[in-house]
Amino acid sequence: MSFFQPQQSRSAQKQAVDPQHQPWVEKYRPKTIDDVSAQEHTVAVLRKTLTSSNLPHMLFYGPPGTGKTSTILALARQLFGPDNFRSRVLELNASDERGISIVREKIKNFARQTPRAQAVASDGKAYPCPPYKIIILDEADSMTQDAQAALRRIMELYARITRFCLVCNYVTRIIEPLASRCSKFRFKPLDPASTSTRLAQIASAENVPVNPETIDALISTSQGDLRRAITYLQSASRLALASTPPALITPHDVQEIAGVVPDTVIEDFAAALGIECIGGDGMDVDLDESGRVKAKGFDDVKKKVRAITREGYSASQIISQLHDHVVVHPTLTPRQKTRCALAFAEADKALCDGADEELWILEVALRVHRAMNSSSSS
Amino acid sequence: MSLWVDKHRPRSLDDLHYHHGLSARLKALAASGDFPHMLFYGPSGAGKKTRIAGTLLELFGKGVEKIKIDQRVFLTPTKRKLDVNIVQSNYHIEMTPCEVGNYDRLVIQEILKEIAQTQQVDLNAKQRFKVVVIHEADSLTRDAQAALRRTMEKYMSNMRLILCANSTSKLIAPIRSRCLLMRVAAPNAEEMEAVLDFVAKREGFAIPDGTAKLIAEDSDGNMRKAILVLEALKMQNPDLSVSGLSIAKPDWETYCHKVADMIVQEQSPARVMEVRTKLYELLSHCIPPTIILKTIADRIVEQVDEALKPEIMHWAAIYVRVKGLLRILPPAHVLCSQESRMRVGNKKIFHLEAWVVKVMSMYKNFFYGIDMDGFDD
Repeated sequence: MSFFQPQQSRSAQKQAVDPQHQPWVEKYRPKTIDDVSAQEHTVAVLRKTLTSSNLPHMLFYGPPGTGKTSTILALARQLFGPDNFRSRVLELNASDERGISIVREKIKNFARQTPRAQAVASDGKAYPCPPYKIIILDEADSMTQDAQAALRRIMELYARITRFCLVCNYVTRIIEPLASRCSKFRFKPLDPASTSTRLAQIASAENVPVNPETIDALISTSQGDLRRAITYLQSASRLALASTPPALITPHDVQEIAGVVPDTVIEDFAAALGIECIGGDGMDVDLDESGRVKAKGFDDVKKKVRAITREGYSASQIISQLHDHVVVHPTLTPRQKTRCALAFAEADKALCDGADEELWILEVALRVHRAMNSSSSS
Repeated sequence: MSLWVDKHRPRSLDDLHYHHGLSARLKALAASGDFPHMLFYGPSGAGKKTRIAGTLLELFGKGVEKIKIDQRVFLTPTKRKLDVNIVQSNYHIEMTPCEVGNYDRLVIQEILKEIAQTQQVDLNAKQRFKVVVIHEADSLTRDAQAALRRTMEKYMSNMRLILCANSTSKLIAPIRSRCLLMRVAAPNAEEMEAVLDFVAKREGFAIPDGTAKLIAEDSDGNMRKAILVLEALKMQNPDLSVSGLSIAKPDWETYCHKVADMIVQEQSPARVMEVRTKLYELLSHCIPPTIILKTIADRIVEQVDEALKPEIMHWAAIYVRVKGLLRILPPAHVLCSQESRMRVGNKKIFHLEAWVVKVMSMYKNFFYGIDMDGFDD
């Protein structure tokens, strides 16, 4: 047997991570751009490039977990095939290498190489393999201004043989000269329908029994971020399968994993602040009465806040959920909602600055409480 | 001869007294072989570390209890030396990277990479991976958290992380979504009483009825504090009857209460000066300013009129943003602000004092009905 045989198999072995331990996010990354969920417009444009082999510089932006990196990786794979992929694509994750020196050395060197001749595809398929290389700059919005500025000329100089693809969350952090050199693609948050089909697909592939309520819970906690939804699903299934009779995943499990405060706790808290409960239809008649009765004094609010912090819920989570509760509330006046929103905003800022959690939950609680009272008196 | 807290700390997941559902989950996860990264969060004294230790024991067996303490020296890019204390066994390693302040990223990268790149050589080990426990994960800098992010994905086969934090608010979202979140809530009063009874029984005495309740109320969900208090009380008067039992407060707390009383009694510039000396005293004993502010505010709120309470807490919350220092300093101090930014000691007292003055003016205002709204801004 020749020398190469064992070596090849060894490298293949190294690549294959134990599939059980592989995160599902990686395992189910789309293989072709047609597999990408929900981004029809972008996919339609990119599909053309597969046939015409003409690709502009690209800028992908949108919230996390919408498939930006997946799309460009799938596209590159379809363009070049597995054999040419390594020599034609440079993927730089900006979170560890982003300085100007990297731009000057690594990127520039790669950009100015003439693309190597197309290797014969080992799997027998024909790939377009157009005569350029692709440089993927992931998380490009965390690159420094200087590093971005250094890219400007490089992008133009080697445009004949190299295409850039910048991937970022916030398009505003990409300097204008770079943005104008690229054609922009916006990735929108995933709609619930495509998230649920994708989750159901993965669940059936992994033999995890899920019911529609669980999928709904996953969708609502992940808010259009497919990666988060898949991670939560994997964690939940680990927990469910680990218990001795493999239990079904309940929506409650999902909420606990996501660190979401249960709705009952939030409603209870809101009631203590003098916000009337929603849903109690029979109570409609004496809502005003009960609203006034429920508006308790300072000490009750304080006790409630203390109880909640003892439960260990995180302050930012409580505030964001309370916000969701207040904003859609049917009976509050716009003025009350505005006041509450102001309190939430300030609290969020303070928490970002590292302020004390309990004090700020209390602060929010008191301001909401006052907002409720001020209207009932007027 | 060790403290009761350590002596009677549950060793395994089966011995735990409360949150049985959580223990069962942890046990099942440890047995399944597919162990994820984990994040334990909850208030202090709720039993996070006990649960982590129990999980480790479940994962690796007795070997995990043979620990050694190590001191590692790191060299920063500016050639400064940093010492970090590390507790490790053959299977796991525990550290508190935030004790080196801004250089925690370096520590994380060095130690984690080192562990992540070496495989488990002990063939008898029950698991293929090592566990890294990071305490106080919520005080890691953003850089350090970002550095964790890559490592967590890359070296999943050799290493698992267990993070321990008080709150998830300060952890960046990518870390949160990579971990399995484990909320450890504080025990409620009955659970605490049960634990206290258990400890007492193990020590060979019985707690009278009311005492356990009293201790549980006083310690506010903090199990560690409750057991320490129990031990202290037992030393003071061995029969532990409810009558004549007083739980000694830490002296800084009584000191804070004294300050609060002073503020309520009299509101005058002379009093502000007195309060200032007391505050300095507290700060120089390394009591964190946030705690001082909270304790004083809590005490004042107990004594004033209902209408004033929300206001006082409101200003306490505003001034507690000491760390951010984004709030405009009181006018008299604006000129010094440049200096205050440099020295940590100064700015804290500014904020504490500004709050005291604010409270005093509100209090006076409330009683004499002077309209001082114009001075608010």
